[in-house]
Amino acid sequence: MTTNVQDPAMRSGPPPTTPDSDDATIRVRGVVKSFGDVRALDGVDLEAASGTVLGLLGPNGAGKTTAVRVLTTLLKPDAGEIHVAGLDAVRDAARLRERIGLAGQYAAVDENLTGAENLTMVGRLYGMPRSQAKQRAGELLERFDLADAGGRPARGYSGGMRRRLDLAAALVARPPVLFLDEPTTGLDPRSRLALWETIEGLVADGTTVLLTTQYLDEADRLADRIAVIDHGKVIADGTSDELKDRVGGERLEIKLSDGAQAAAVGELLAPMAAEPPFTEDGVVKLAVRQRTGAIVEAVRRLDEAGVGIEDLGLKRPTLDDVFLTLTGHAAEASDDSENGKEERR
Amino acid sequence: MRRLVSDTLVIAERNLVRLPRAPDLLLAFTVQPIMFVLLFVYVFGGAINTPGYDYVDFLIPGIIVQNIAFGGFVTALGLNEDLHKGLIDRFRSLPMARPAVLAGRTLADVVTNTLSVCVLVVTGLIIGFSFGTSAGEILAGFGILLLFGYAFSWVFALLGLLVNSPESANSLGFIAVFPLTFISSAFVPVASMPSALRWFADINPFTIVVDAMRSLWLGAPAGNSVWGAVAWSVGIIAVFAPLAVARYRRAAGGR
Repeated sequence: MTTNVQDPAMRSGPPPTTPDSDDATIRVRGVVKSFGDVRALDGVDLEAASGTVLGLLGPNGAGKTTAVRVLTTLLKPDAGEIHVAGLDAVRDAARLRERIGLAGQYAAVDENLTGAENLTMVGRLYGMPRSQAKQRAGELLERFDLADAGGRPARGYSGGMRRRLDLAAALVARPPVLFLDEPTTGLDPRSRLALWETIEGLVADGTTVLLTTQYLDEADRLADRIAVIDHGKVIADGTSDELKDRVGGERLEIKLSDGAQAAAVGELLAPMAAEPPFTEDGVVKLAVRQRTGAIVEAVRRLDEAGVGIEDLGLKRPTLDDVFLTLTGHAAEASDDSENGKEERR
Repeated sequence: MRRLVSDTLVIAERNLVRLPRAPDLLLAFTVQPIMFVLLFVYVFGGAINTPGYDYVDFLIPGIIVQNIAFGGFVTALGLNEDLHKGLIDRFRSLPMARPAVLAGRTLADVVTNTLSVCVLVVTGLIIGFSFGTSAGEILAGFGILLLFGYAFSWVFALLGLLVNSPESANSLGFIAVFPLTFISSAFVPVASMPSALRWFADINPFTIVVDAMRSLWLGAPAGNSVWGAVAWSVGIIAVFAPLAVARYRRAAGGR
């Protein structure tokens, strides 16, 4: 089957076939997965080094969850190669399951079991004897601040507690590679921050994490590298800074005292701009040719023309801008629209 | 293989541990069947003519068979819930034996079925049912009941993995199983039915199993019904267990 690969050179070299106990890498090449006529994954390449976080960023329906399901052996790919922790996800699926942890979009805990019973069950299904599974459950409850709640059925847990229990369940066997599918969706800001800190702690201990998210700030904060995915394809990847650079350099944003002067201001500042300036919500925005001295020059030009300035600053592009530029649509249709109200191209 | 056994036991234990925490299910295993026995015996019993037997003797084997066929319903509901709450995904991402989730689920049914058979037999004995056979035959009857119930657990396992919601599992299960139990010898003598229904009732596995129970517990003429009951049960398992396991492997694959 033909696969859509962005960079053919990256495919060279045979993948490793022997598992190495230190290997916690993720290598994905040209993975295709269709459901009927829908190509959920259309030639996806991903790469994560040991002990790093790869963020899979995209809107709902982009293929993020399918990617996680294929990488965690829940689905078989139609084509392509997947190596996780040195194991082939198709041929070595059974052994791979011993080396990965998965925490899902919906907290997959048994509500009628207590926190401790949930973790003990998972431990025993990893093949631990009962006593060892119980001990490990105790450690994890302690670590995830659930020790007091460990004896109560999970039904009574808050959303944040369930997510922590779900994450704890994914960590029972101390997997070198962890898959988190939208781990903070639906959490309140405090629980979200706490979960981010937990994930950062895991990474500091050497765990490789693949994380899907539709939140740009989440990818920005946690991910060493980000793959932007849309319609089943990776449309860009790199560090957060690299992606922002792709959208263009820094941008001067000027809020005017009198919005009616916007067009005139655009003309005044045009010589400084790399692209024609545009106006959005009464704010004049322009990509500057040169960062150094840009603010001083803009103030001087406007002052000489007698234009009143309310606010003026240099902004780096956000991941929202990245997403909008790459896909032509905002990451989230409803909110976070401060940068997404207009098509820019 | 050792892994399959131990994983199955872990899952069975999980399903039994959670049972007392879902009191509505516990009621379904105990109070509901008692209610049906009492209603049938005292409401319909006087109007139904069962030559050679008191109605309570005639009814108890029949209603126990009906009840045990529905015992597997918990499996349909439980698996459907697990599927939608993401637990099946978790299990499938673990290095556990593949059929263990279903084998453990259906094994737990055997325990709950045993409980509800005992509740019904005790209820029956209190309202006048009496065994007419040897201890060995009575035990063999229990064995056939549990085997038949186990077979239906696999039918319900497949159902629970196929449907979209517990509600549709509920209604589909009732639509499929309820007429089967009623157009059989479970509640009335087949001879009293119109000929088309009688034809169906005669080949209905429920009739065969109920007849087997009446021969093992009351001493009614057995014919081939005891072996027929075993053959049907084994046949149902042989068809539905592989189908359910195959479905489980692909479960939730569409999301």
